[in-house]
Amino acid sequence: MINLGLAQISRALGSGEFSSVELTQKYLQEIAKQNSDLNAYITVCDELALSQAQAADEARSQGNAGPMTGIPIAHKDLFCTQGIRTSCGSKMLDNFIAPYNATVVENFINAGTVTLGKTNMDEFAMGSSNETSFYGPVKNPWNRDLVPGGSSGGSAAAVSGRLCAGATATDTGGSIRQPASFTGITGLKPTYGRVSRWGMVAFASSLDQAGTMTQTAEDAAMMLNVMAGVDPKDSTSSDRPAEDYTADIDKPLTGLKIGLPVQHFSEGLDATVEQCIRDAVAEFEKLGATVKEISLPNSHLSVSAYYVIAPAEASANLSRYDGVRYGYRCENPVNLEDMYKRTRSEGFGTEVKRRIMVGTYALSAGYYDAYYIKAQKIRRLIKNDFEKAFQEVDVIMGPTSPHTAFAIGSKNDDPVTMYLEDIYTIAVNLAGLPGISIPAGLLNGLPIGLQIVGKDFAESQLLNVAHKFQQATDWHEKSPV
Amino acid sequence: MSIELGDVENIAHLARLHLSNEEKQEAAGSISNILALIDQMQSVDTDNVEPLAHAFDAVQRLREDVVTESNQRDELQKIAPETEEGLYLVPKVIE
Repeated sequence: MINLGLAQISRALGSGEFSSVELTQKYLQEIAKQNSDLNAYITVCDELALSQAQAADEARSQGNAGPMTGIPIAHKDLFCTQGIRTSCGSKMLDNFIAPYNATVVENFINAGTVTLGKTNMDEFAMGSSNETSFYGPVKNPWNRDLVPGGSSGGSAAAVSGRLCAGATATDTGGSIRQPASFTGITGLKPTYGRVSRWGMVAFASSLDQAGTMTQTAEDAAMMLNVMAGVDPKDSTSSDRPAEDYTADIDKPLTGLKIGLPVQHFSEGLDATVEQCIRDAVAEFEKLGATVKEISLPNSHLSVSAYYVIAPAEASANLSRYDGVRYGYRCENPVNLEDMYKRTRSEGFGTEVKRRIMVGTYALSAGYYDAYYIKAQKIRRLIKNDFEKAFQEVDVIMGPTSPHTAFAIGSKNDDPVTMYLEDIYTIAVNLAGLPGISIPAGLLNGLPIGLQIVGKDFAESQLLNVAHKFQQATDWHEKSPV
Repeated sequence: MSIELGDVENIAHLARLHLSNEEKQEAAGSISNILALIDQMQSVDTDNVEPLAHAFDAVQRLREDVVTESNQRDELQKIAPETEEGLYLVPKVIE
């Protein structure tokens, strides 16, 4: 039963094949067996999950069940959960229990889902391998010597390892799509503003966006139905009406115009990964799509611009961790400055401190124009590239990552090597566009992800495109379990 | 562009971080590498390009200036490191 996808579980619960309590117990047993090694969860909520499952079963028996009622999911540990620790993968928030729920969490509670726990992540979502977590690295369920990707590595490993039916995640530069690619699952990053950021611990506010980790596109559509919509508490959430993202999921793809950016099929891309992506594109041609080459001429500058903008925003956002109102405080500070400095130095890990310093430098007097304004101008050029491309095509496809999952510890010598992991995903965040990574093949037994990027607010179309591929292929059914 | 130890000390102070000598050495090296990556931006002429701060050029939404929150001081202060009579306590600032 734990091998089923979220939509399948919804149908099974509806037909009474099993109850939410039975399913929740199965997941909790599996988590108890696997998590000490996989490390996908930071916090497991046994009691809460079982009581929510019981309530869901009761609601169902009274005829009050929706599509998500009783489905056990997990939340990335940066969504605030009332009464349950929200650590953000950091010592700084190791003792932080939020007095409120994030809007996303509240929406899932209202939809009747079961909260199995909070998933591991890179500290403050800063990383591409889940190795910067204060709680230790997450292992890839396909091969436990490998990383699951990051920063949403715990959510990816939990879905891939069948330790939940689906999970929330966030994506600032690729943190949903790259781990989805490394663990053989479907990862959706919606358009910036589609989902409320209220109650999400902030990293880079102009880029952060919440999304989903699931087995299939249909599962993702069901989760997005719960998450999407305007939120008066987040003034950057879009007031464009949310849709029923399952409504058009089965539409034929006849006439769909696919663009392949030449820059995403050039040096640095593993040849086998490339072949696999081209095979996937050929599958879409069989489904009635046409394919043409396009150009995103400034995409090679996306990582450079991102590593100004994201650290700059992070340095401002993370200034709130001062040891005064919540979170970690150092022992016996001699004065206020000592308290600030030691609290932050002891509470933050190396990568977080590094990015705070890069951001502080980029925003400091004398460097602001050369770095921050320059990066914002590059951001405009990158967005213009996409706008031009989308005049000719409906969706853009390419690899999510240049390669499959890499070994734990193999990319820690130089941060720039790790930053370049997100070479195909980062531009999408800078332009605010929706993107999805779906399983498209295996290389030496490891999953390869196909990235599909859409026009702003084209989530329904992305999910439709991904779903039709999953109806025609079975890569998404491959599992390490 | 590379940065020196003195730059690292200055940035660390601005960011209210205390670094050991070893950490400063490491930071000078790794931040210099990151700046080299960032400097690739300079290869493109952006003279007539408008900076983009937000993907959709959004503007701040405004609402009526009315009270929407209830007083939750006690609830919010439960998670503070140190409070007294509704106040947050910090080391003495003024002698």
